[in-house]
Amino acid sequence: MVWFLARRLVSMLLVMFAISVLTFLIFFATPGVDPAARIAGRNADQQTLRAVRHDFGLDRPIPVRYVLMMKKLFVSRDLTSYVNRGAKVIPQVTQAAPVTLSLVLGAAVIWVLVSIGMGLLAAVFRGTPVDAGLMILGLIGISMPVFWLGEVVNLLSQSRFHHSFLFSWVPPLGYVSFTDSVVGWFKSLVLPWLTLAVLYIGIYARVLRSALVEAQEQDYVRTARAKGLTERRVLLRHALRTSLIVFVSLFGLDFGALVGGGALLTEVVFGLHGVGKLTYDSLQNLDLPVIMATVVYAAFFVVAANAVVDLLYAWLDPRVRHA
Amino acid sequence: MTEGLAAAEVSGQVAVQLTAGASPWVLARRRLLRNRLALAMAGVLVLVVALSLAAPLYSRYVAHTDPFRSNLDGTTLVNGKEAPVMQQETGGLGLGVTPIGPTWDLHHYFLGADGQGRDVAARMLYGGRNSLLIGVASALLTSVLATIIGLVAGFFGGIVDGVLARLLDVVWAFPVYLLAISLSTVLLARGLAIGPIKLESGSLFLPIFIIGIVYVPYVARPVRGEVLSLARREFVEAAIGYGASTWRLLASEILPNVLTTVIVLFPLMVAIDIVTESALSFLSIGVQPPEASWGTIIQDGQDLLYTRPAVALAPGIAIAITVLALNVLGDGVRDALDPRAKLKVVR
Repeated sequence: MVWFLARRLVSMLLVMFAISVLTFLIFFATPGVDPAARIAGRNADQQTLRAVRHDFGLDRPIPVRYVLMMKKLFVSRDLTSYVNRGAKVIPQVTQAAPVTLSLVLGAAVIWVLVSIGMGLLAAVFRGTPVDAGLMILGLIGISMPVFWLGEVVNLLSQSRFHHSFLFSWVPPLGYVSFTDSVVGWFKSLVLPWLTLAVLYIGIYARVLRSALVEAQEQDYVRTARAKGLTERRVLLRHALRTSLIVFVSLFGLDFGALVGGGALLTEVVFGLHGVGKLTYDSLQNLDLPVIMATVVYAAFFVVAANAVVDLLYAWLDPRVRHA
Repeated sequence: MTEGLAAAEVSGQVAVQLTAGASPWVLARRRLLRNRLALAMAGVLVLVVALSLAAPLYSRYVAHTDPFRSNLDGTTLVNGKEAPVMQQETGGLGLGVTPIGPTWDLHHYFLGADGQGRDVAARMLYGGRNSLLIGVASALLTSVLATIIGLVAGFFGGIVDGVLARLLDVVWAFPVYLLAISLSTVLLARGLAIGPIKLESGSLFLPIFIIGIVYVPYVARPVRGEVLSLARREFVEAAIGYGASTWRLLASEILPNVLTTVIVLFPLMVAIDIVTESALSFLSIGVQPPEASWGTIIQDGQDLLYTRPAVALAPGIAIAITVLALNVLGDGVRDALDPRAKLKVVR
């Protein structure tokens, strides 16, 4: 087990390193992208440009610049923004992280519970209109762009039906900190949670249903039935447990990607200043230090989520544990 | 579908004899043609494509507008009466203008106008062209690249596979939207030049290229897995035995067998690509003005959301219908080609 953990840790670090290099290359080695021109402003003359390049170390070789930036990010932790001169990058990320975490965690709870319910229901009523209806509903959820769904939700809750009993409780767009007001936090996030969850409910319900259907044709399920177990016990203790293996690995990937900034569109539509929004804003004005910080942060969550998935895998599937 | 058919299909060569000369492709087509829902969805897609192709006809002969030129002081007919396209606001100080809402009259601003007084219905049709074109072209690009990478990595193994597989892992681990947004931001600034190929920053090829690239791992990984297991199968060993060249092994033994995977994933990739395109355009780093796509129209409609919601709602509905049809059709194609449903698209 120690060996397994150590190997996971090394590969985690390697992937994070690769991602940071990839990002660095995208923004520094692409011909035609000159951060100095951005920093100095539109009409800077050659002399100013040269001075700016020297100040920010942009005239040094690319590997050196990479190492310097990583050193500022991890060792001295004083990386500053190119755009808002003097603004430290790390506090920006740590301020945005709770917003994204709140959004993604809540949505994840909703989508896991609802999709397990939908998947089980569809598998139990396999081949009936209930099954078909649930699966079509799931597909519709998958087919709607999340930012558009968010706009529709805003249209209904902020404008058209804002004064009806349905949505009169909805606060204006934006995030309310959990420490300021738990109720306010909850109210400000309910609709974003639901909006973000819709897509994943569709995907997960469909995946779970097909895994359950597959499991019900397996020998161990037949054995469980032959032993005389109740249908409910066969479904929940035998079929569902193995079906959750696919579910869990998918969840790890999606959760990691969302926490790492993949929830960007939902954040933009609902005015939540999370990590995705921060990355997007920094991309818009090519604020490289912020981009690097958020990308490394994102990579950390993606890779860590994958590692957790591997552990859960081992717990759910004894074959992995004893291999 | 009978159990016999499904079982025969699995064992490839045997199926040909068991079902009296029908090739797996013929069997798959028969199965697909029996799937009514998938056929209905194919019909919906044909309709969407036909409408999009008819965009110039609609704007020239029916709506009589140029959907790419702003029309801030134009007029149109509402119930036979002349009305300005941009209407003076009555409430408040009466300073702002609001574009005309849906008239539900095909000849005069059916879905209303956008913030620049352009006919939304006509823009929807033109936008459909770009959305569909980008969806299909980037799915093609993904499929070709992924097939090549998957074949090379799976077949040659060793260091080549090691490097390619790790590369796929890294791109896979990167949140798709962040990667696409990073590439778009950088490439939109200056365009892209690889050797003789030059892509201008406003070019439609740029979003095609970006979306095509970011989804490569989603297809290349299953293809590689397939090739790994195929390379050890008896028919490949037999081909090696009679002295087939590497090229021949790849092209006529392995490629036809992984093609199923690529074809099954294709409609689903088009669906994902259309949604991705709309997201990039919504963030104004996809299709660039004056060109339209469903995503850019949603973006145009964002400022008018509470006053003229039709501008943002209509393209979203178009996307949802198209993507739903593609997903159902994709499920049908998978059921037809891959009856045991080995292949699953992750998102």
